[in-house]
Amino acid sequence: MRELALHLLDIAENSVSAQARRVEIGVEEDLRRDRLRLWVRDDGRGMDEDMVTRVTDPFVTSRTTRKVGLGIPLLKAAAEGCNGHLRIHSAAGRGTCLEAEFQRSHIDRMPLGDLAGTLYTLVVGWPDVRWVLRYSVGESTFEFDSEPIKQELGDVPLTEPAVLAFIRESLQQGIAEVQNTELRTQNSELATRNPKSGIQNAVRC
Amino acid sequence: MPAVKSLEELRKLREEAIQKRNARTTSGDIQITVAMGTCGIAAGARETMRAVLDEIEANNLAGVVVKQTGCIGLCELEPIIMVEAGGNPKVTYGKVNVERARQIMKEHVMGGRVVSEYVVQSA
Repeated sequence: MRELALHLLDIAENSVSAQARRVEIGVEEDLRRDRLRLWVRDDGRGMDEDMVTRVTDPFVTSRTTRKVGLGIPLLKAAAEGCNGHLRIHSAAGRGTCLEAEFQRSHIDRMPLGDLAGTLYTLVVGWPDVRWVLRYSVGESTFEFDSEPIKQELGDVPLTEPAVLAFIRESLQQGIAEVQNTELRTQNSELATRNPKSGIQNAVRC
Repeated sequence: MPAVKSLEELRKLREEAIQKRNARTTSGDIQITVAMGTCGIAAGARETMRAVLDEIEANNLAGVVVKQTGCIGLCELEPIIMVEAGGNPKVTYGKVNVERARQIMKEHVMGGRVVSEYVVQSA
């Protein structure tokens, strides 16, 4: 994979395979601590302890036991190669939360890539799942939730051309705005930043 | 807090869509399925899907349903898409990069002609 956003897409597909009805995708770029954290949290069928251990190991996991393969081990290796880690919190019947953390400035860290494209693909391609995105860079945050859109549309499908444009632009604009806002803030506040105003770290696995 | 596109806007889109649907003649609906397993994603399936959706948007195609599926066991032929048009049997296409996806949308989905050179046999 060439982008973190492609890994997120891959992990989120696992959530769909696990019959999730709601999937939350998170990306948090913490500029002060120089960390980049990703998570995918679902309400799918979850895994027992034994399976949690096995999904991160490409040599033990087999496709015949379950629909997990190289995706998680690849992301784990990428995170560990960047002073980071990958953790999975799960219990049978209680959903799964996968979290990967990177040193943001690490030379080997993959670019985030097309996060909007990943969400767009998921929202349109799995219309029965509720998709939530939380993306923050520094102190600026963008949240997206597919549910109000679907409620507003009623029986009009998401693949209606004008609706596609709406979803695509919402995601692209929201994500770009977070990135631009933070850049502006960085430039104007470079020297005068208040170190006390930490990020409220709302969501954790 | 960044500005979010309004639901008001969406309400208008919904009304337009319903009006358009009422005006549309009853041509058979089309279902497109994009394989989105790890193999597909690594081979570029997200961009393939994006090309499919962009063609729907650009050509204002109504009645096209786009879905996803996981790995179908033909990893070496990814990205793979399947097209079911009207009552015709499902056609499976392999190695569908962005360019091929656009061609399939134009010729098969809009033109009704199967693009035989990209069809995967015995799928």
